[in-house]
Amino acid sequence: MREKATTLYIGPQHPGITGNMMVRVKVEGDTIVKATTEVGYLHRSFEKLIEKRNWLQSFTLLCRFCVPEPDPVEESYARAVELLEGREVPERAKYIRVLVLELARIASYLLWYGGQSASLGLYTIGQWSVGDRNYILDLFEELTGGRVYHMYIWPGGVRRDLPKGFENKVLKTMDYLEKRLDDYDDLMFDNTIFRKRTQGVGIIDKEKAVEWGVVGPPLRGCGIRSDIRIDDPYEVYNKLDFVVPVEEGGDIWARALVRRQEIRQSIRIIRQVLDNIPAGKYYNKIPNPQKWALPKGDAYTRTEAVRGEVGMYVVSDGGTHPRRAHFRGAAYVHAITLLENLLVGENISDIAAIMNSLGTCPPEIER
Amino acid sequence: MSFDLKGTLKPLTALKQFGKKPHTLVDVPSIPLEASDHYRGFHYNDLDECIGCGNCSTICQNQAIDMVPVDGIEGKKGDSGLRPRVDHGRCCWCGLCVEVCPTGSLSLTKDYLYVSDDPDTFLWTPGVDNPEGKERISFFSTEETSLNDFGRIPMPELEGMDRVKSFAEVVLGYNEVQARAEASRCISCGLCTEACPEHMHIPEYINAIARGNDADAVRIIYDNNPLPEMCGKVCTRRCEDVCAIAHRGDPIAIRWLKRYTTETVKNADMIKEVVNPDIQEPNGYKVGIIGAGPSGLTVAYYLALKGFDCTIYEAHAKAGGMTMYGIPKYRFPEESLDKQIEYIQKIGVKIHFNTKVGKDISFKEIYSKYDAVFIGVGFPKPWTLGIEGEDLKGSIQAVNFLYEINNGKTVDIGDKVIVIGGGNVAIDAARVSARLGADVTILYRRRVQDMPADWEEIEGAEDEGIHIIPQAIPVKFYPDKKGHVKAVEYLKADMVADEKGGRPKPVPVEGSNTIIEATAVLGAIGQQGDYSFLEEEFSEKVKIERGRFVVNEKQQSTLDKLFAGGDAANRSADVISAIADGYMAVKGIEDLLVKGN
Ligand code: SF4
Ligand code: SF4
Repeated sequence: MREKATTLYIGPQHPGITGNMMVRVKVEGDTIVKATTEVGYLHRSFEKLIEKRNWLQSFTLLCRFCVPEPDPVEESYARAVELLEGREVPERAKYIRVLVLELARIASYLLWYGGQSASLGLYTIGQWSVGDRNYILDLFEELTGGRVYHMYIWPGGVRRDLPKGFENKVLKTMDYLEKRLDDYDDLMFDNTIFRKRTQGVGIIDKEKAVEWGVVGPPLRGCGIRSDIRIDDPYEVYNKLDFVVPVEEGGDIWARALVRRQEIRQSIRIIRQVLDNIPAGKYYNKIPNPQKWALPKGDAYTRTEAVRGEVGMYVVSDGGTHPRRAHFRGAAYVHAITLLENLLVGENISDIAAIMNSLGTCPPEIER
Repeated sequence: MSFDLKGTLKPLTALKQFGKKPHTLVDVPSIPLEASDHYRGFHYNDLDECIGCGNCSTICQNQAIDMVPVDGIEGKKGDSGLRPRVDHGRCCWCGLCVEVCPTGSLSLTKDYLYVSDDPDTFLWTPGVDNPEGKERISFFSTEETSLNDFGRIPMPELEGMDRVKSFAEVVLGYNEVQARAEASRCISCGLCTEACPEHMHIPEYINAIARGNDADAVRIIYDNNPLPEMCGKVCTRRCEDVCAIAHRGDPIAIRWLKRYTTETVKNADMIKEVVNPDIQEPNGYKVGIIGAGPSGLTVAYYLALKGFDCTIYEAHAKAGGMTMYGIPKYRFPEESLDKQIEYIQKIGVKIHFNTKVGKDISFKEIYSKYDAVFIGVGFPKPWTLGIEGEDLKGSIQAVNFLYEINNGKTVDIGDKVIVIGGGNVAIDAARVSARLGADVTILYRRRVQDMPADWEEIEGAEDEGIHIIPQAIPVKFYPDKKGHVKAVEYLKADMVADEKGGRPKPVPVEGSNTIIEATAVLGAIGQQGDYSFLEEEFSEKVKIERGRFVVNEKQQSTLDKLFAGGDAANRSADVISAIADGYMAVKGIEDLLVKGN
């Protein structure tokens, strides 16, 4: 006998610390037969607002595209503007940018540790990882003056040079974190509950992944090696030695393993940055922002964020304000196209875990 | 299902953390964490440094900053008197306001904790409401990090020693690229507009130049200045003195930008085409103007636009007043002046040249013929030093000397010229003498920094090899056998502080007499008015004090239909104040004749 289908509303209050959005699921028993992503709770009209601001002022919006990892959005915009204007960026600034991007990646993964495990009822990990993330936020605070929203990478370079003794603090934090990762392995990856709840759950079909434009860890978890830092290197990634981890299987577990390894790669990158960072200027100053006009034209940049490839497209009509700025976020594909398909056939209790494993970021979807 | 022993036990290793102290936060929120040294917390503003330019408010994309009056801070030239008030409920701590603050007065502090249930208390005037913030500054801008452009685009000029070989214009002018770049430095605060006697729309026309719209700039400029090329070349530019950017950098080259704009319209026809003035139908009123200097031309231009029939009486063969006959051609070439005058004539202003009032036509006749009369005759008569030997041959008044030279005549000054004075006329006379091949020395009573002349003129003179002896008071001119001046004796002066708080006074040092040789001495210690053209019936009635007509704010004298402006009415003795007088007189005359008040 077929059970009667029921509709459930998951969200909109942070379904699995992702941000405000809702998944409307139709279930039969506790099996999902249809899933629809409902967004609209975080729409702030950023792209339109950017058109109303001069080329510099949008920094306060960009960092809010994706709260846990604001820096790739700042970076992609800054680079697009530089491309459009033909503005050179000092080598030192490029290294500092990579440092910031990788610190942000680690901070963001630490938050993911918490979200992914809490979505399975493992709360201790989140307590730890959010605490460890704070050490990185301390570094950000010292470097940029802000803990979460940095507004630090901007056209021409970065806003301030590294403070005195900063390199050492970063190294110390990296040493600490590297050791700490073993503790996380004990609690998370070696944990039967975690394995059982993630292996074979939320399996992404490799072909579909490519077809839909899935990126980042969800794609790499399907065995596809794709990372903008290697495929289309920006800043100084081509001068750094690191590998892009890939896992087979396409399930939550595979995606988790990818992220687990990526943190170690980021630590490796940061150490190289600190070893190789050249002295010199950190900023090629832009002109008076009020009158700073960019040549007519457009530019597109790609950046590897934790959610995967993100892109920024900016158009100038020759004026002091962008004519258009469009952001390609990974979360849109992951949390709408992919999620809606992936959930079908899964169990209600896995919704939060699947959402987390896809890098769902509602503020980025809506902008 | 197999039992995973390792996977069950491993998580229990978390217990090893048991009893450890939490590793990030101390007792929050009762003890706030100390923020880092670069933290972007609440604002602090150094109220004495701040000039109320409002650039912080302009950049703030959250509209978190309002400019408000503050007790005890008065507006003055270069300071709006307002200070930023921050709505900490809107602020997102981006610090852009700090990065664009031209004075560097605004900063962010380490403070970040404020709790209140009264939303109004989130509006703070930094510096007023948190004076203690000064000790907690953590995010500030330096000249290196600031987003202001502090460096001026250098003006191309002839080389110092090449200049003295001719009367070619020294300043070559910005090209388009340079002008756009220079204009782009402006932050549109408008403090300059306040300081300009004529309140020209400076940020607006600079903006037009920056946007690449020169024709707009021309129109904006002509809105209240009919002689912009004159100002673009020789204005005393009080606007630049108060430029917000000058607090940490070079002021925007406002004068050179105006010059650039006016040079884009090459002749009178082009000016007319670009300005496309809206000339009203004749209204039947006739206005007589005495003197075709800057004030008279301004009155005539704007009244003519309004439909008045304007006639100017000019004693000389050309219009422009002191700017024609007093300012040397390397600063203000005749073509520049001619095209502006021609344009003014094109819109219907009549000028009777070589018509000296009091000689060729009586004042009385003008007064009775016109509905209103404007006097803008300037200060034609030079002051004399009143010392022995001043009437010797070769002792010449600088204004007369400049007049002759500008008229294409020659003046025999020999090869050792001494100029007495420190104003623009003195510097002009000195630089002209250098161009005539003389070795030039300027004697000035006070220090170089006290010289009323434009600093760029002083520098220009020095570049051209002119020697300045400051704190030197001439006491006697010596003649040679033929009664021609051959030397000047002067006393060195000490600068003594003025008890009343005025500027320090030069006091001669006894026995410091020094004699220097001279083949000519040019006196340039100022001029005065000459109103001998006024018949007794007028001079009795019109009030003149200390050589100037007494006028109200609309330049109206004590005789209803008589207006006056320029040097004859104001103490500023510069072109732009004369233009400002003319502009006000337009209003006065219109009010009197058309509106009847
Ligand atoms: S930008 Fe600076 S100087 Fe100007 S009003 Fe603001 S605080 Fe004052
Ligand atoms: S810090 Fe940013 S948001 Fe706050 S007042 Fe300044 S410009 Fe506005």
